Amino acid sequence: MAAGPAPPPGRPRAHMPHLTKMERVVVSMQDPDQGVKMRSQRLLVTVIPHAVTGSDVVQWLTQKFCISEEARRSPSHPSPEALHLGAVLVQHGYIYPLRDPRSLVLRPDETPYRFQTPYFWTSTLWPAAELDYAIYLAKKNIRKQGTLADYEKECYDRLHTKISHAWDLVLMQAREQLRAAKQRRKGDRLVIACQEQTYWLVNRPPVSPPAPGAPSVLEQGPGRGFCAASRVHMTKSADFYKQEIEYCRRALGRTRVKSSVCLEAYLSFCGQRGPHDPLVSGCLPSNPWISDNDAYWVMNAPTVAAPTKLRVERWAFSFRELLEDPVGRAHFMDFLGKEFSGENLSFWEACEELRYGAQAQVPTLVDAVYQQFLAPGAARWVNIDSRTMERTLEGLRQPHRYVLDDAQLHIYMLMKKDSYPRFLKSDMYKGLLAEAGIPLETKKRVFPFSWRPRHSSPSPALLPTAVEPTAAGGPGGGDGVA
Amino acid sequence: MCDQTFLVNVFGSCDKCFKQRALRPVFKKSQQLSYCSTCAEIMATEALHENETLASLKSEAESLKGKLEEERAKLHDVELHQVAERVEALGQFVMKTRRTLKGHGNKVLCMDWCKDKRRIVSSSQDGKVIVWDSFTTNKEHAVTMPCTWVMACAYAPSGCAIACGGLDNKCSVYPLTFDKNENMAAKKKSVAMHTNYLSACSFTNSDMQILTASGDGTCALWDVESGQLLQSFHGHGADVLCLDLAPSETGNTFVSGGCDKKAMVWDMRSGQCVQAFETHESDINSVRYYPSGDAFASGSDDATCRLYDLRADREVAIYSKESIIFGASSVDFSLSGRLLFAGYNDYTINVWDVLKGSRVSILFGHENRVSTLRVSPDGTAFCSGSWDHTLRVRSSRPAWAIW
Repeated sequence: MAAGPAPPPGRPRAHMPHLTKMERVVVSMQDPDQGVKMRSQRLLVTVIPHAVTGSDVVQWLTQKFCISEEARRSPSHPSPEALHLGAVLVQHGYIYPLRDPRSLVLRPDETPYRFQTPYFWTSTLWPAAELDYAIYLAKKNIRKQGTLADYEKECYDRLHTKISHAWDLVLMQAREQLRAAKQRRKGDRLVIACQEQTYWLVNRPPVSPPAPGAPSVLEQGPGRGFCAASRVHMTKSADFYKQEIEYCRRALGRTRVKSSVCLEAYLSFCGQRGPHDPLVSGCLPSNPWISDNDAYWVMNAPTVAAPTKLRVERWAFSFRELLEDPVGRAHFMDFLGKEFSGENLSFWEACEELRYGAQAQVPTLVDAVYQQFLAPGAARWVNIDSRTMERTLEGLRQPHRYVLDDAQLHIYMLMKKDSYPRFLKSDMYKGLLAEAGIPLETKKRVFPFSWRPRHSSPSPALLPTAVEPTAAGGPGGGDGVA
Repeated sequence: MCDQTFLVNVFGSCDKCFKQRALRPVFKKSQQLSYCSTCAEIMATEALHENETLASLKSEAESLKGKLEEERAKLHDVELHQVAERVEALGQFVMKTRRTLKGHGNKVLCMDWCKDKRRIVSSSQDGKVIVWDSFTTNKEHAVTMPCTWVMACAYAPSGCAIACGGLDNKCSVYPLTFDKNENMAAKKKSVAMHTNYLSACSFTNSDMQILTASGDGTCALWDVESGQLLQSFHGHGADVLCLDLAPSETGNTFVSGGCDKKAMVWDMRSGQCVQAFETHESDINSVRYYPSGDAFASGSDDATCRLYDLRADREVAIYSKESIIFGASSVDFSLSGRLLFAGYNDYTINVWDVLKGSRVSILFGHENRVSTLRVSPDGTAFCSGSWDHTLRVRSSRPAWAIW
């Protein structure tokens, strides 16, 4: 049973758009010209019309959706996606098996199937009513004692307790329906029984804890958007439209870039990073997940004496790449030191610490930064233009975590436009690039199926974090591993 | 704690008439107040001046939106797949499951990688949150939350703490400890408080700030140490289901997606919505930035994934196929942004070529819907969590490799 709150009554198609799509597929499958080939199926002595075979269903899906190159193969090799899609249609009760109606499984062979009548579509008969389920179980029980499965017996007993006041009605309805059914032809009786059984298999699936069992295809997560119902009234008010108008006015004023320029940027970004993407181009010495060898991680640890060639190359991609890599940042700091502008990077790091630090630390940090970098005669005074300095000093009267943003941006741009390009042209960087090596590919294992121990690594939570993550590791780089 | 989501009825004195009544949350210029229902009704009508009617405001908003669309369309001179024609096609991918993590007793709802590239935190419907070393498949820590449906979990950048939350409407931070005598639950810190379920959470660049998204339609930025609300973000008209922080140089924005079919980009400093995109046809379950930070992808219940460019201010690609009927629950990019991995509610994972717009491969294996999917921090593998109680780590071996 779904553990979350039950789906709300009404409008299932709205919050389950996949049902509508499946219905469209099933309808086109039944098209007399373009649909799946229908035939009459003989079940013991009864002949059931409009049946289809599992393999025909899969074949049709393969062709209709041009699912893959495997479509050109013979029907005896069904495309996995077509098989999957067919299985999903059967699981949701849109197609049901004639012979073994207990299991909603698609077999890509001569097994006969039929299309569910729209009356019994999940989205039509929604939600599945307890009373109807009681009548259905009662019918089954009356018709032949002992045909109820264990889980059905449990449900029957539970319903009996729950709606005991209406039980006479349930039994009466059940008997009436059975009597009416007896007057139908055997073929129709069989079909209707299958249809009904399929509907209930989908809407009241067998639950077998603790194993996962057959998942209920209708299971939903916790209810969405319903507690906002009280706000809907408010949101469509004048305030809502005024907000929209204000947003549109602002958006109309912003500058946009031509699509061609933006899209070209993706091409160059992907092209530049492709060789560095392990899932696209692989990695050396080997992908740890595949070879069970963690050499790749050891060689690319956050702080390592000899960075690999790919890693040093990445520092030239963008200033952000350089700063995010602890090794790159350390070398850049050395370089700045030689140019006597190391305080710029230190100032930037201190500002990051402020921005991402604890709220309680803000006044102390702001003061520390001011004393060290901004005050007249400060030990590591940073060179900011006068206008920004004025604005910053003004803001320092009421310090908050973003008070140094302007100054930080100014220094960042200074480093990016000036020091960074020089660093890339410097002998230091060129030397690092030349020294950096390309790891050798891991040799293939001599005994490929021998078990290789997977080394564990110390958890970051175990190591003493002596340094603040932002200062040492930078944005997204710190992980406490020294 | 019960399973149901219901509106908490606060009883107190109305902010307007000061009478003791049952209160409803009301937003006046992004500020949250509590009004009794009478005052709320009055406010709805009071807000209109003589010359304005609700209808005229609505039509003004509509016409401005139309003009905005026109402006966006003017600069759209080429489609992505046209530009990508000259890009080399990707080779075949042999993407196999390399690790299966079994141990959750119920649906896995969310997972996150640690910066050390191998550890993972995952949360499930029965309230269990587990920290794994997925390389060795060992479980390292386990916590049981006092609520069910833990829909959000995140690993701290330092690797020393995790955050999680769900139907308890809160986001709690647990420091990770290996001390056998210490109970992890004892050191738990309650950080965020929402008025509805927590759908997503993420640390910013440090352990000291958390960004959360909630079913109450808002996102919020919190100080972990004090639990103080630093900034709140109002604008979604329904539940917010997902968020992602921008990998930009200035680190100031994030994107969120919700049940109102909108994806909104926010400025963390001011709380303002900077950009909004409304082209999906159903709930947006997942948003993720492209590695350059200039675009983001979204996965939705309408069975499509879409790419939105921030500089062009429009949707630039749709990843969909007629045979894909079920909604995408989570998306993530590979390191170079060339591949987009998307987990779907029909138990499959589709891998898309971001530039060409075509599907590269379809991955089977899970036995129930894929609820969460993340690529590892160094891009060597990706992990998917599913309602079939397992997590799978998958990776691809290139054709030239002998390992």
